Amino acid sequence: MRWIWIDRFEEFESGKRAVAIKNVSLAEEHLHDHFPGRPVMPNSLITEGIAQTGGLLVGEYHAFEKKVVLAKLPKAVFHFPVVPGDTLRYETTVDYIKDDGAMVTAVARVGDKVQAELEVVFAHLSDDDRTKSLFEPKNFVFTLKLLGVFDVGRKQDGSRLTEPAGLLKLEEELKAAGT
Amino acid sequence: MPSQNEVFEKVQSVLCEALGVDEDEVSPEATLVGDLGAESIDFLDIVFRLEKAFDIKISRGELFPEDVLTSTDYVANGKVTETGIAELRKRMPFVNLDNFAKNPNVKDFGTLLTVQDMVRFVETKLPK
Repeated sequence: MRWIWIDRFEEFESGKRAVAIKNVSLAEEHLHDHFPGRPVMPNSLITEGIAQTGGLLVGEYHAFEKKVVLAKLPKAVFHFPVVPGDTLRYETTVDYIKDDGAMVTAVARVGDKVQAELEVVFAHLSDDDRTKSLFEPKNFVFTLKLLGVFDVGRKQDGSRLTEPAGLLKLEEELKAAGT
Repeated sequence: MPSQNEVFEKVQSVLCEALGVDEDEVSPEATLVGDLGAESIDFLDIVFRLEKAFDIKISRGELFPEDVLTSTDYVANGKVTETGIAELRKRMPFVNLDNFAKNPNVKDFGTLLTVQDMVRFVETKLPK
């Protein structure tokens, strides 16, 4: 995942709930076009950040062995515009995780005000060559570390979240190969 | 056991939430795919909401018997065979297959399910 629309995880409870924050800054170029003279964080990118928070929550549950993609937004309600200087807090809660897909309910807040309410359905893609090249597991190793998932993460039994064995192995292989 | 009307009302609200349609569009005769615009991913969503609303468990394939429709035992030249129709009737007694049986193109199967079929389906899952 190179397109990252969250800054850091604050809470991560495997298979249950994850909270991430996104700081909105005028240094972000897109805000100068959306809109000239009136910068507003696009709700589509808030949706993407929520989908990333919830998508990583679902993916981690499967140890990143399933290819999790955003499939549907049964609900997406936005209450007010988000502007530079705001910190968005994305709170996602798992409704279900099944073999063929998953759903999370999400709330975005700025301070204590609810900015957005979403339901996000994810599908699990089948394993074929096309999806393989889209989902390189090495991307997840770096993304999860970058976002601090293992600093705050907890497994379902309350113990500390660790890297999935498959990803650890891959990371060692990458190190050995010098990449 | 809830009355058929109570079941219908809950199914109706599930379909409104999952498909973003208005209550008056969800008539008993409306087809999920043709009239209400359901796509394959919506069935995942609908199944979850039905499970939650009625406290039931729905297994994969109960609402859409993919295994039958892709099996060479039951399908020939893009049409469901007589054995296949018999299997579908057994597996999905809540669906009226009479019209489908006249010209059983596999590709048309997905458009069969009506709101009333869903109500009948839920009723088969509720404790008697």
